[in-house]
Amino acid sequence: MRVLAAMSGGVDSAVAAARAVDAGHRVTGVHLALSRTPAAMRSGSRGCCSREDADDARRVADLLDIPFYVWDVSERFQSDVVDDFVAEYAAGRTPNPCIRCNERIKFAAVLDRALALGFDAVVTGHYARRLDTTAGPELHRAVDSAKDQSYVLAVLRPEQLAHAMFPLGGTPKSEVRAEATQRGLAVAAKPDSHDICFVADGDTRGFLRRALGDRPGRFVDESGATVGTHDGSYGFTVGQRRGLRLGTPAAGGEARYVLDIEPVSRTVTVGRRESLATRVVDADAPVWCTAEPPPTFPAHVQLRAHGEPLPASVAVDGQRLTARLERPAYGVAAGQTLVVYERTRVVGSATVVVPAGRAAATVPPSSR
Amino acid sequence: MPATAHYLDHAATTPMLPEAVAAVTAALAETGNPSSLHASGRRARRQVEESREQTAACLGARPAEVVLTSGGTEADNLAVKGLYWSRQGSDPRRRRILVSAVEHHAVLDPAAWLQAHDGAQVELLPVDSDGRLRVDALADAIARDPHDVALVSCMWANNEVGALQPVADVVALAHEHGIPVHSDAVQAVNTVPVDFGASGLDAMTVTGHKIGGPVGSGALLVRRELPLVPLLHGGGQERDLRSGTLDVASVRGLAVAIACAGEHRAALSEHLRSLRDDMEARVVDSVADVRVNARLDRLPGTSHLTFAGCDGDALLMLLDARGVECSTGSACSAGVPQPSHVLLAMGRDERAAAGSLRVSLGRTSTAADTDAFVAAIVPAVERARAAGLAAARP
Repeated sequence: MRVLAAMSGGVDSAVAAARAVDAGHRVTGVHLALSRTPAAMRSGSRGCCSREDADDARRVADLLDIPFYVWDVSERFQSDVVDDFVAEYAAGRTPNPCIRCNERIKFAAVLDRALALGFDAVVTGHYARRLDTTAGPELHRAVDSAKDQSYVLAVLRPEQLAHAMFPLGGTPKSEVRAEATQRGLAVAAKPDSHDICFVADGDTRGFLRRALGDRPGRFVDESGATVGTHDGSYGFTVGQRRGLRLGTPAAGGEARYVLDIEPVSRTVTVGRRESLATRVVDADAPVWCTAEPPPTFPAHVQLRAHGEPLPASVAVDGQRLTARLERPAYGVAAGQTLVVYERTRVVGSATVVVPAGRAAATVPPSSR
Repeated sequence: MPATAHYLDHAATTPMLPEAVAAVTAALAETGNPSSLHASGRRARRQVEESREQTAACLGARPAEVVLTSGGTEADNLAVKGLYWSRQGSDPRRRRILVSAVEHHAVLDPAAWLQAHDGAQVELLPVDSDGRLRVDALADAIARDPHDVALVSCMWANNEVGALQPVADVVALAHEHGIPVHSDAVQAVNTVPVDFGASGLDAMTVTGHKIGGPVGSGALLVRRELPLVPLLHGGGQERDLRSGTLDVASVRGLAVAIACAGEHRAALSEHLRSLRDDMEARVVDSVADVRVNARLDRLPGTSHLTFAGCDGDALLMLLDARGVECSTGSACSAGVPQPSHVLLAMGRDERAAAGSLRVSLGRTSTAADTDAFVAAIVPAVERARAAGLAAARP
């Protein structure tokens, strides 16, 4: 096959591209430029986007003896990922930009362009497995559960999955590094990336403040009494405990958590941890990786990239998915992606609207 | 990957002439610093001076007017900064730098740097839709206050679209007011008669690797009496205008290439023009919505084409996969194609600027190369247009 390997300049995408070459595919390496004015050097734990990263990717391509190009996807990245990220926080929701990037950029804009240019598939260094069955391709967790990235890929529809290749899903990360060393790839010792790639210094709150400015508002407790003020509700996430800087201590001196964010009145509700407990999670706009599931079925749901899978009964009614959890989840936030698993298989995903169990002020549902 | 590539990017760099390779390799085997006083040094010095004389003779300059540099970028920097500092030093009113909007970045960026750090005011002079400097705009700019102009820089031929510039008109206008003129002639020397003395220019940039010489060789021709402030200080090897041990091998390679260029210019020019015109006619016949840029008056080996609804970088990749090597012609940042400042200055919008390709022919180009381009471009445009539509989907 003619395949396009997305090469960030990191070790994972390098080994993925190398394995695609070994598998006999005609591989072309592409580095996605997410900014038109990339920084010269890598900083902190960002794993892509600088010219140094693009150069690292190019050196890997040289070694693999494959053609290499840089594709400018900066405009789409800005509108579909960065602006979306800011708007979601402004609306009191908690988005995952890596999911949005997979959904809108890597497996949409880039995949569409690749197919139109005559490629058959896009290869990435994600830790996830695509298993082909008679019913079509399925998305499964990686064998290295610590590195599993199936969560951020759960937005892929069958037609996207059919053109995606994840050569690393069956290998532990440590072996991938060892393989990179053995292949002589200079990126073998490069640190993993953790932070949001477009937040250069890792300071998400500062990034949002620069984008949104000061929007002062109140902290209230569960009775509605004002217990402090803040510079902008976008700086908080449901379930957050640290960095609230509340003026008034709680009656019993216990820790307080963000329970709810109401962006219009800029009110952040805080309260006890127990109040974060949710047994029913409603989510919107489900996407199914393989076939559409039955109206109700038992499954596990996962609410964060490295969250615990929670046993649940899932009910689907058109564009609404409801998960009834066997034991409560804490700190479920609107905008999070709920991913449904059946053992290792990703069934699909949906965007959390608001936990039905919490009687807090409702946030307008996501327009997506 | 096809075994033999069809190299159609001679404006980026062109294969070295066998004569130049021989001269360079012979010189590399010799020991001797041209600044040394002993026999080895004298031998090296003789090589340099003979090369300088050869270079000067082929370009209508006097040997003392040839300041050897590491290439075009250094020569352009020396011209723009050196002239600005010198002119500004002798009269502090002289702060304006007038340059055409389609200059190479080796001219634009030093000018912009002087504006950012050293009080210069840079004025980008407009070009017409064929990429040719508007002489009336230059006249207006000078007339506004002739006394505060430090220098004018206008290239001989544009590196992207190939447009030839009205250098004689520029010189005539500027010299009415005693303003010095620099011209970057790196793209012109191979195929257009370039005579420094006859041109009236005060400074002119040439480089080796665009004409079959080695990369890293070049010169700034500087009129004898023109004061210039140096960029590189040290041993003062080149008239105290440029320091650094002279690279005998590069200097030899440059001279041989310039001499060969002079000898074969007319024939090469005719050969390239006929190849290009034939190729262009076939492309225009077989591809819909293609526009030939700078058609009016341009280098004979350059064909700059805009394909509506395509991304130039997609075309480049598809052609590359078929062994056809060309360029978008514009600068890259981290490999990200930037919209061409040349096409924007010619009045094209960003879409058109992004959908353009530069095919540049050279000494080794054959009909097989242009045939390969014509055969590859038709399906490439078809695919790139489909991809452009795919990318435009929300």
